[in-house]
Amino acid sequence: MIDVINLEKSFGNVEVLKGITTTIDEGEKVVIIGPSGSGKSTFLRCLNCMEDPTSGSIIFEGEDLADMKVDINVHRRHIGMVFQQFNLFNNKTVLQNIMLAPVHVGVSDIRKAKRKNFFTNIGNIFRKEQRDLIKIDKTKAQVIEEARENAYILLNRIGLADKADVYPSTLSGGQKQRIAIVRALAMNPKVILFDEPTSALDPEMVGEVLDLMKQLADEGMTMVVVTHEMGFAREVGTRILFIDQGIILEENTPKEFFENPQHPRTKEFLSKVL
Amino acid sequence: MEILLNRWLSFWEKIQNPGVYGEVLKGLRNTAYIAVVGLIIGIVIGTLIAVVRVVPKYKRIARILDKICTVYVAFFRGTPMVVQLLLGYYVMLPLLNITADPLTVCVIIFGLNSGAYVSEIMRGGIMSVDIGQTEAGRALGLSYATTMKKIVVPQAVKNIIPTLGNEFITLVKETSIVSFVGALDLYKAFRNIGNSTYEYMVPYLMMAIVYIILVLIITLGIKLIERRLRRSDRRN
Ligand SMILES: Nc1ncnc2c1ncn2[C@@H]1O[C@H](COP(=O)(O)OP(=O)(O)OP(=O)(O)O)[C@@H](O)[C@H]1O
Ligand SMILES: [Mg+2]
Repeated sequence: MIDVINLEKSFGNVEVLKGITTTIDEGEKVVIIGPSGSGKSTFLRCLNCMEDPTSGSIIFEGEDLADMKVDINVHRRHIGMVFQQFNLFNNKTVLQNIMLAPVHVGVSDIRKAKRKNFFTNIGNIFRKEQRDLIKIDKTKAQVIEEARENAYILLNRIGLADKADVYPSTLSGGQKQRIAIVRALAMNPKVILFDEPTSALDPEMVGEVLDLMKQLADEGMTMVVVTHEMGFAREVGTRILFIDQGIILEENTPKEFFENPQHPRTKEFLSKVL
Repeated sequence: MEILLNRWLSFWEKIQNPGVYGEVLKGLRNTAYIAVVGLIIGIVIGTLIAVVRVVPKYKRIARILDKICTVYVAFFRGTPMVVQLLLGYYVMLPLLNITADPLTVCVIIFGLNSGAYVSEIMRGGIMSVDIGQTEAGRALGLSYATTMKKIVVPQAVKNIIPTLGNEFITLVKETSIVSFVGALDLYKAFRNIGNSTYEYMVPYLMMAIVYIILVLIITLGIKLIERRLRRSDRRN
C-alpha cells in the first residue's frame, strides 16, 4: 500500500532519516519504536508529506508523494493522522470537527465537477463528437446530511454522541483523542498514522484510546503506530520497526522482536523499557 | 469661573440652533463612519497581508507578494496619516483622473492605513494559534488556504479582538485630521461653532468631552465582547 524507498530527511544540516526502505502492506499494523530523537515522528510525518522528504520516494496508490507535482491534498484524504496532542479544532464543536473535512471535500468536488461540465457544455457546442459530462449524483445538502449521519454513527460508536455540540476545551484527554480518531475515520482512510496517541494522556485514559485502536485493528484497518506502549505493540502489531539514529535497525514480528532481539542497541533499549 | 459660565451660556444658546447641532451630529456620524468602515476595510486587507506573510515561501509568487506587502506596510506605517490623506486626495485623485468626495477618500485611506497596522496584529494572532491546528487540517487533506480560512484565522481573530479594539480607538481619534481634505468631522463641526462666535474655549472643551465619551463607550463595548468570548470558551 505504501512503498518507502530510500527515504532521507534533513533539517538544515542535521540528517534525521538516513535512508529508510520498507513496504507497508494492506491490513498491516506496523508499530514503530525507538529511542527519543531517533526520527520516529519524522518518518511517520514523511509518509503523508507533513514533512517533505529530502530525497527518496513514498509510493502510495502508484504515485510518488514526495514528488512536489502530485496533488498531496487528494492523497491525504486517504491517509488519516492522529497526533499526540489531539489537535481537535478549537473553534469547532465536536460534530463540526468530524464533519468539516468530509463536507468540504464533498462540496468542493461537486463544485469542481460543475465547473468542468460548464466548460464541456460550451465545448460541445463546437464539437462534432460530444464529450460526456461528469455525473453529479449528490446535492450539497445531501453531502452535508450524509456527513452528519456518518458523524453520529462514529460518535455513537465511541459513546460520545451526547458531546456532539460541545467544544473540545470541555472534554477530557481520552475523549479528545477518541474524537480525533473518529475524525480521521470520517474520511474513510485506507491507512491511519498514529504518532504517540497516548503519550499526552493521564494514565487512566490510556486504556480507552488503546481499546478503540484495537477495534480498528481487528476490523482490518491498516495502521502505522509510533508508541511507547509495548503491550500494545506486542498484542496488536503485526510488525515492529525499531528505528535508531535515522535508520531501521531491526525489523521483525512482535514475538521474535521482543523475545529474540538481534542488535545490541535493540537489547539495550528493550531492557530499559520492558 | 464666571467667564466660563458666560461662555457656556452663549455656547448653549448657539448649539440649540438646529443648523448648528445638526452639523455636530453630522460630524459625529462622519467620524463614526470613517472609523467603522475604515476598520472593516483594514481587517480585510490586514488579514490578506498577514496570510501572505505567514505562508510558506516555496513558490515565487508567494515571495513576490510578500515583498509587495512589506513595501505596503512600510509605507503606511512609515508616513503620517495626514500625508497619506493629502497624497490620496491631492495627488492620486487628479493623477488617476477620478472624482470622489472627501469623505470617500478618507474612508479608503483610513482603510488602507489600518490594513497595514491590522496586518501586524493579525500576523501575531495567526502565529499564536498552535501549529497543531494547521497540521490537523492539512493532514485531513484540506488545502493551506482552506485551513487558514476555516481553522486558523477564526481563532486568530478571537485572540486579537482586544488589540483590534485599540486600533479602532486609534482610528476614531485619527479622524480629527480629515478636515485637511475638507471632510466634516467632529473637530471641524466644533471649530465652525468657534469660528462663528470667535469663542473657542467652550467648543473645544466640549469636543474633548465628546471624544472621551466615544472612546469610553468603545472600551466598554470591547470589554463586553471579550467577556462573551471568554464565556464561550468554557461553554458546556
Ligand atoms: N522541524 C524540525 N526542525 C529541526 N529539527 C527537527 C525538526 N523536527 C525534528 N527535528 C529533529 O529531528 C530529530 C528526530 O526528531 P523526531 O521528532 O522524529 O524524533 P522521535 O523519534 O519522534 O522522538 P520522540 O520519541 O522524542 O518523539 C530530533 O533530533 C529533532 O530535534
Ligand atoms: Mg516523536
